[in-house]
Amino acid sequence: MTPFSFALAHSLPEAVLAIGALVLLMLGVFRAKDGRDWLISELAIGVLSLAFVLLFFNIQGSAVIWSGSFVDDAFGRFMKALALAGAIGSLVLSVDFMRREGIDLFEFPVLVVLASLGMLMLISARDLIALYLGLELMSLALYVLAAFHRDNARASEAGLKYFALGALSSGMLLYGASLIYGSAGTIQFDGIAKELQGAPSIGAVFGIVFLMAGLSFKMSLVPFHMWTPDVYEGAPTPVTAFFASAAKMAAVAITARVVMTAFPHLVSQWRQIVVFTSILSMAIGAFAAIGQTNIKRLMAYSSIGHMGFAMVGLAAGNEAGAQGVLMYMAIYLIMTLGAFAAILSMRVTGTYVENIGDLAGLAKRNGTMAFFLGAIMLSLAGIPPLAGFWAKWFVFMPAVNAGLYPLAVIGVLLSTVACFYYLRIVKLMYFDEPGLAFDKASPAVTGVLALSSLLIVLFSFWPGPIVSAAAAAAHSLF
Amino acid sequence: MSGVSDFLVNIGLPHYLGLAAVLFTIGMVGIILNRKNIIVILMSVELILLSVNINFVAFSSYLGDLSGQVFSLFVLTVAAAEAAIGLAILVAYFRNRGTIAVEDINMMKG
Repeated sequence: MTPFSFALAHSLPEAVLAIGALVLLMLGVFRAKDGRDWLISELAIGVLSLAFVLLFFNIQGSAVIWSGSFVDDAFGRFMKALALAGAIGSLVLSVDFMRREGIDLFEFPVLVVLASLGMLMLISARDLIALYLGLELMSLALYVLAAFHRDNARASEAGLKYFALGALSSGMLLYGASLIYGSAGTIQFDGIAKELQGAPSIGAVFGIVFLMAGLSFKMSLVPFHMWTPDVYEGAPTPVTAFFASAAKMAAVAITARVVMTAFPHLVSQWRQIVVFTSILSMAIGAFAAIGQTNIKRLMAYSSIGHMGFAMVGLAAGNEAGAQGVLMYMAIYLIMTLGAFAAILSMRVTGTYVENIGDLAGLAKRNGTMAFFLGAIMLSLAGIPPLAGFWAKWFVFMPAVNAGLYPLAVIGVLLSTVACFYYLRIVKLMYFDEPGLAFDKASPAVTGVLALSSLLIVLFSFWPGPIVSAAAAAAHSLF
Repeated sequence: MSGVSDFLVNIGLPHYLGLAAVLFTIGMVGIILNRKNIIVILMSVELILLSVNINFVAFSSYLGDLSGQVFSLFVLTVAAAEAAIGLAILVAYFRNRGTIAVEDINMMKG
C-alpha cells in the first residue's frame, strides 16, 4: 500500500484537471452572462497548461498507484504531454471561431477539460476497469462536443453518428474485456501477461479481437472508420481539431500500452490484426481522399491514412517500433494542429469556407499562409527533409527490421499515392488563378499555424530532444 | 448421465456465456440491420452492455474473483450516463430535422 501523498504526487495532473473542470463549471454557472463564455476558455487553457507543466515534475522513474490500476511512467508522460498539447492547441484555435459562430458557451472549455482528463486516465490505465472508465470519460465528452453547435443540423447529425457508432464500439471493447478477464482471471495488464503465455485459448483470442476492434474505432482505423469523414465534416472545426489531435493521441497510447504490456507473449495473434487494419487504413486514406472537395473531409481521410502508418510501427511489436509510434504521433500532432489552424484561417467576408477550391491562388494573396500551409501539406505527404518524412522513417525502419517486408513495401507505395492529394493542394495554392481573398485571421490562429510549420521545418535540424524522449518513453513500456 | 441431459440439468459457465453471446449478437444485429428508428439503436446498445455484464458476473463467480462484479457495477453506471447523453443528442437532432428515422440521417455521405 503506497502512501496517499505519493500516489497523489504521481497523479497530480489528473487531480488538477478534475478539480479545475469542476471549478470552471461553477464559475461558468454563477458568473457567465447568458451562458456566454466569460474568460472560461482562457482559464481552461491555464488549467491544461498547469497540468502540462506538472507532468515534468516526476520526470524520472515510474510508479504504480491506486491499487495497481494507474501507472505513471515515461511512456504515459510523453503521450499525456502530446494529448494536453493537442487540447491546449484546439482551445487556442476555438476562442475566435466559437465567438464568430455564436456558440461561445462556457460549457465548451469545461467539456474539453473533462475529455482531456479522460484521455490522461486512459493513457495511464493499468487495468481493464481504468481503461474502460478513461475511454468513456473521454468519449462521452467528445459525443457532446461533436454536437456542440446544436442549432446546426450537420453538427447534431455528426454527434448522433459519433454516438451511435461510439457506443457500439465501446460495447465491443467491453465484450473483449470480459472474455480476456475470463481467460486470464485478472483485469490487471501485468497479470494478464503472466497468465496468457504459450498457446492462447480461443476465449483470449476472441477477447483480443474484440478489444482491438473497439480501440481501432477510437483510432478510426479501417474497417471501423465510417464515422470519421462525417463527424470531421459536421462537427465545429475546433472540435474536429480536438478529435484529430488529442483524442487520437490517447487512443494510440492505450492501444500501444495494452498490446505491449498485457499481450507481450501473443505478438503473433495481435500483429495480424494490426497489419490488417494498417494496410486497409493506408489504402482507404490514400484512395478515398483523392475525390474529396471539402478540406475537413480530406483531413479525415488523411488522419485515417496516418493512423495506418502509425500502426506499421506498432506491428513491429518491439521497443524500436514503440519509439516509432511515439515519434509518429508527436509529429502528426504538430502537423494536424497546423493544418486545422490553416482551415480556421479560411474565412471569406465573415463566413468560414471549407472547400479545397477556396485555396486557389493563395500564394498570390497571402504568401506567408500559403508557405506555412504548403510546408504542412508537404510534411503530411512525407517529403524529405520535413518532419513528416522522419515520422514515416521511424515507423518503417522497425517494421523492416522485424521482417515485415510486405507491410513496409505496401506502406511506402500507398504513401506515394497519398502524396497526390497533398501536392494537389500545394499546386492549387501556387499555380491556380486566385479566388476571393480571405479575411485577416486572428493572431492566435496565425500563431498556431506559424509555430507548427516552423517546428516541422526545424525538426530535421534539431530532432535530438524529441527522439531521446520518445526512446526513454518506449523503453519504459518493456 | 448422457451429454445432452447433463447440459440441460446442470447450469454452468457455458450456459451463461452462451446467453451473453446470443444477447450480444442480437444487440449487434439490431444496430446494423435497423433501418427504422434511432431509439432501437439505444436499446440495442443497452442489450450489448447487459450481455457483457452477464459475462462479467458469470466469470467472476466461476473464478471466485470479485473484480468482475466490480467491473459490472461500473458498466451499469456508465451505461446510464451513456443513455442520458445519447437521448440528449437525439433531442437536439430531432429539433433540427423533425425526424429520427435512421434512413434520414444522410446530410453527409460517408
